[in-house]
Parts: sequence; C-alpha cells; structure tokens
Amino acid sequence: MGSGNCNDSENKLSTRNKLSLSKKVKEASIHGCFLFNGLLVILILIGIFALLVWASIPAFKEISIKEFLFSFNWNPTSYVKPSYGILSMLVSTLMVTIGAMIFAVPISIGTAAFISDIASSRVREIAKPVVEILASIPSVVIGFIGITLVGPYIAKIFNLPDGLNAINGSILLGVMALPTIISLTEDALKGVPKSYTEASLALGATKWQTIIRVRIPAAASGIIAAVMLGMGRAIGETMTVLMATGCANAMPTSFTDSVRTMTSAIAIELGEVAYGSTHYYALFAVGLALFLITFAVNLTADIIFNRRPKL
Amino acid sequence: MEKNIIIKTKNFNFYYGDVKALTDVNIKIEKNSVTGIIGPSGCGKSTFLRSLNLMNNLILSARYEGQIIIDGEDILHKDIDVVALRRRVGMVFQKSNPFPKTVFENVAYGLKINGITNRDFIDQKIEESLKGAALWEEVKDRLNVSAFDLSGGQQQRLCIARALAVEPEILLMDEPASALDPTATLKIEELIQELKKKYTIIIVTHNMQQAARVSDYTAFFMMGKLVEYNKTNIMFTNPENKITEDYITGRFG
Repeated sequence: MGSGNCNDSENKLSTRNKLSLSKKVKEASIHGCFLFNGLLVILILIGIFALLVWASIPAFKEISIKEFLFSFNWNPTSYVKPSYGILSMLVSTLMVTIGAMIFAVPISIGTAAFISDIASSRVREIAKPVVEILASIPSVVIGFIGITLVGPYIAKIFNLPDGLNAINGSILLGVMALPTIISLTEDALKGVPKSYTEASLALGATKWQTIIRVRIPAAASGIIAAVMLGMGRAIGETMTVLMATGCANAMPTSFTDSVRTMTSAIAIELGEVAYGSTHYYALFAVGLALFLITFAVNLTADIIFNRRPKL
Repeated sequence: MEKNIIIKTKNFNFYYGDVKALTDVNIKIEKNSVTGIIGPSGCGKSTFLRSLNLMNNLILSARYEGQIIIDGEDILHKDIDVVALRRRVGMVFQKSNPFPKTVFENVAYGLKINGITNRDFIDQKIEESLKGAALWEEVKDRLNVSAFDLSGGQQQRLCIARALAVEPEILLMDEPASALDPTATLKIEELIQELKKKYTIIIVTHNMQQAARVSDYTAFFMMGKLVEYNKTNIMFTNPENKITEDYITGRFG
C-alpha cells in the first residue's frame, strides 16, 4: 500500500514535469531565489571582512604590527610622536567581558535551572517572556542606568569619586548577556534526557542534588556554548560601555579603573578623525581585531555546541 | 508467612488525571523473594512498580488511593520522606541509564549524595557493589572510563551496581533485560538469583519465560487489576483463572 502510493506520486510528478515547462521554470526560479538569499548573507560577511582588511592595510604602512599589538600606548593625535598600540584597550575589553561573565554566568545558570526544572508551569510562562524582554532593552537605556543608578552605588561602596569604571561596565554587560545565556542554557537543560533525572531521583537524590550533580554537568557543553555566545555579545557591545566605563585612555590596573574598550575607542574617535589619516585607518584595524575576536568566540561556541554529545 | 511480608498494598488505586490505571490492588510480597509481574502492555504493571518508590510522583496528574505498606509504614502518607524511601527501594530501569560519567563516578553517586566522602570507604563500597552486580571482573581495570564505553549488558549491570551501592532493601526492576541480547539477559537473570539472598526483588517483564525462570512468585495484571498472584510454579502449571491460562499459553498478548 505504501509503495503503491509512492509510485502514484512519482507518476504524477513525472507527468506534471513533462506537461508544464512553466512550472519547472517557476520551481527553478524559486530555488534560485532562496539560493541567492543564502549566498547573500555569506557575501555580506565576506564583504565586511574584506572592507575591514582593505581599510586596515594603509594603517600598517605607518604602524608596525608589533607596535599595534603589543604597545600599551594609544595616542594617535600626539604632535610629537603618535602611537598606535591597542594592548590597553584590548585588556580593557577583556577585563570588562570577563567581569561581565563572572557576574552573568552564575545568575544565568541559576535562572535557567529555575525556569526549566523548578518553576511551576505558570511561573515559567511569566519568567520566560520576562527574560526575553530583557534582551529588548536598548543598550543606551542600560548605559543610562549605569550612569544614574549603578555608578553612584559603586562609587559609594569602593569610596571612589565616580562609579564610571570597569566594574560598572561589567555589571551592565553582564545584564545584557543574561537573556542569551539564560535561554540557551535552558535549552541545554531541557535536552538532558529524563532518564538521567529519574536515575538520580531513584537513588534517593533530592531535586537540588539532581540539578547540581547530574543535570547541569550533563548539559555542560550546551552551557559553555551559551556562555561563549553571551561573551561574543559582551565583547562587541559599544553604547553601554561608552557611557558607563569612563573611557580613560590608559592601561587599566584594576576593576575600579576607568577603561576604554576597543568598541568605545572606535565610537569616540571615528567621528573626529581626519579622513584618510593613519589614525583613521588604524581605527579600522582596531575594528578588524575586534571582528576577529568575536568571530573566533562565536565559531568556538558553534563548534562546542555542535560537537556536544547527542544524548 | 505474615512476618516475612515486606510490602503489602491495601485497595491501591492509581489514576493518571481522570484515567484509572490500577484498581483495588491487594498484594503481599515476601522478603528476599523474587516477584515477577507480567501482563499485556498497558495493564498497569509498570505503573504499579513505579508506585512502590513513588516515582510516579514526577507525573503531575498522578493520584492514588489506598495504602502501600513497606516495613509497616504507609508510603502514601503525605508526611513520608520520599528521598529516604527511594534509598530503601532502589530501581533499575528498562533502558540502561548510566550517567555521562565514569564507571567509578556512576557507582559512587549514591554514596556522594549521602554525604559520604571517605575515599577508602567509597572504594571498598564500589568494589562490593560491582561484585554484587557481577561486573567487577570486567571493569576493575577501567573504573575511570566513561560508562558509555561499556556494552549494553555491562551498562545495565552498572545501573544495578549503582542501585546496590546505597544498600536498598528492595530492588525494583522494570524490564531490565528487554533491551539486551540473550547472553546479557542470561547474565542478568543469574544475577537476580544471587541478589535475592540479600534483597527483595520485584521485576516487571514482558517475557513470560523470564518470569517463569527467575521469579518465586508471579503476579498477573490485566487492565489495571491484579488477576492472579501465586507461587510461580503453581501459576505456570495450574493457573486458577482461565484468562491467566490464556495469557501464559500465549493465546493473547
């Protein structure tokens, strides 16, 4: 019966193909249309990468790659001797990102475990959209909160003149990374086979022990990928860090220092730089470095996520 | 006889929402015996087994009436400590479900959640449990490999070892050999004969020959009711009910 049906449809298909050429053309054009759209995304990615490389090349005629990567001094507007080292802003970016993860990862895993394993279905239906709404808050609003709310508290706690520093940026970026990490961690936890949970409970483990010792470890690779994607988001974020970190152009020595990340350096300086100057091209080179970092982070996340054992 | 009874149910009824899955089950299970539970698919045999360690509590719509008395204590009472109960009533599942951890960690899990950290004690207990599950000789040199590297039959015996490590009194087995090949099945069946010296075993099985081979008592369930319950040799040679006879002779299934 099954094979009969199959033959029928094959027959229909072949007669249709023979009969109407116009349909064939239509199929082909739809196919082409989707193929074009798919390729377009790849082309855009390659185009952006090419543009960054292209615009960065002139910078390296004036700047040695060694200076660019390993010098702490970024002072392109000096009259005496301009310097173009990105190390301090690279360190600033990493500091703020790592700080954000220290803040966001425990909260995210806790929230995700709560939503997927503990909350009643009614609470879950409220909590999930709330997390998603968090993702839709404009970054400028988060920056605003950093200046008016988080900053003053940090200043008070650490006894500083103001609270615009790496801690502030870390907290805000952490908040911004929460929705990504929470949603993906929750997916990872949901993917843990029920049989593990049952095995653990049947051995007399409490719900809490089961979550901590079985479910979260079993979801580890998904959670790591979630964290890396949240990290990718934090590294590239601009407006919030621009507003909340003070943007001092110097090598940071602690989390209470004001920092200028790669993103905020580009945002601040690109508007005022002379077109075609070395400084102008150097900013593209910073952009290229940033692109490579986020690309590597996202790619790693993707590989970890796809290599996770299919349970 | 009454003194040796470890599990006793009184008019036990079980519902999934509005659907009644078990009706007035009355059964007495003897200590250190093997009780086989047989019956057609959907007859409630797994539901009954999973009631004995309150595993059905994970299902939101689950509801029950009556009594299940284990060691003189009604486990359906609302004040029962489910965690403590499950330590006394271990379970082995149909599909072997080791954790994605090493062989060692799998067996040690039950000890660690009980707060045992003494390494020597854990080592000794792991050896004991793996020996108890007839797996020690095969894995003693690879305790640190992933449990997933073991064969299907070994994984199932690992799950048995894991259950033994917490020293239960009762071991529930839900078709423990249904996913295994005949050789691995035979090993599990031999193991059950060994285990009944120390534990009370209740085994759900689809396979009537298996029930005949391993169990001292057999319970036949049909449409949520306990149709017949007797010594296995009596049940299989001289069943009281016509319907039992029809089932065990393979007239329906």
